[in-house]
Amino acid sequence: MHFSRRSFLSSAATSAALVLVPIPVSALELKPDVAEAIDAILNGREASEAGIELDAPTVAENGAQVPLTIRVNSPMTSDDHIETIHIIATANPEPGIGRFHLTPRVAKAEVFTRIRLAEEQEYLVFAELNDGRILQAAARTAVSIGGCAT
Amino acid sequence: MSTPRIRLPRSASEGEEIEIRTLIDHPMITAVSGPDPRNMLARFEATMNGETVFAYDFENGSAANPSFTFFVRAAAPGQFTFTWTHEDGHAYSAEGSVRVS
Repeated sequence: MHFSRRSFLSSAATSAALVLVPIPVSALELKPDVAEAIDAILNGREASEAGIELDAPTVAENGAQVPLTIRVNSPMTSDDHIETIHIIATANPEPGIGRFHLTPRVAKAEVFTRIRLAEEQEYLVFAELNDGRILQAAARTAVSIGGCAT
Repeated sequence: MSTPRIRLPRSASEGEEIEIRTLIDHPMITAVSGPDPRNMLARFEATMNGETVFAYDFENGSAANPSFTFFVRAAAPGQFTFTWTHEDGHAYSAEGSVRVS
């Protein structure tokens, strides 16, 4: 079997460019501890489902190391920037995954890290602006081997 | 725990967007379901010229061997410090510099 360099590169680029189809957060049924974690972030505010793009695999081989890129549409100026990005799991033993803190020195609101998913689930991302507005998005990743053995 | 690894460009213009990648070896043991005692980092912080530019609070869903990629606008003189603080207060740090002109 023969693969040309060009066809290999283009297939690699196709699989790497996977952007998840957004899931409406309002459509999710949330466990009480997850709802509580979200309420603590929202603090009475209503989040809008706009401006966040999540880039992660639809199927992860290893739930202990799931790559996640979060891109938020923001000019990142001192007047208009993202201050905090929260990641919340809906089916881990505990909902908290982590929290980014950004400043206007950050050139664009794009961050990458790896997260743990105990099983196939939706995870939620909330981005807080400096003016108090809040954005939200959700994505779903299936997991071959769960990632919460430690 | 081994030396943190940092990737920074060698040089940049003032205000240019630069990509920063960091990685540290750490098991990030939550002790939620395993027999080993809890062993978790609490916070990662990056400073540029002494000013905090980017930070992250670790919670149980953060993966082992934490890795980050983020982007900052380079400012002279381009001195960076990266600090990982354990829940027990112990801190590990690394430095880097970008020649900013």
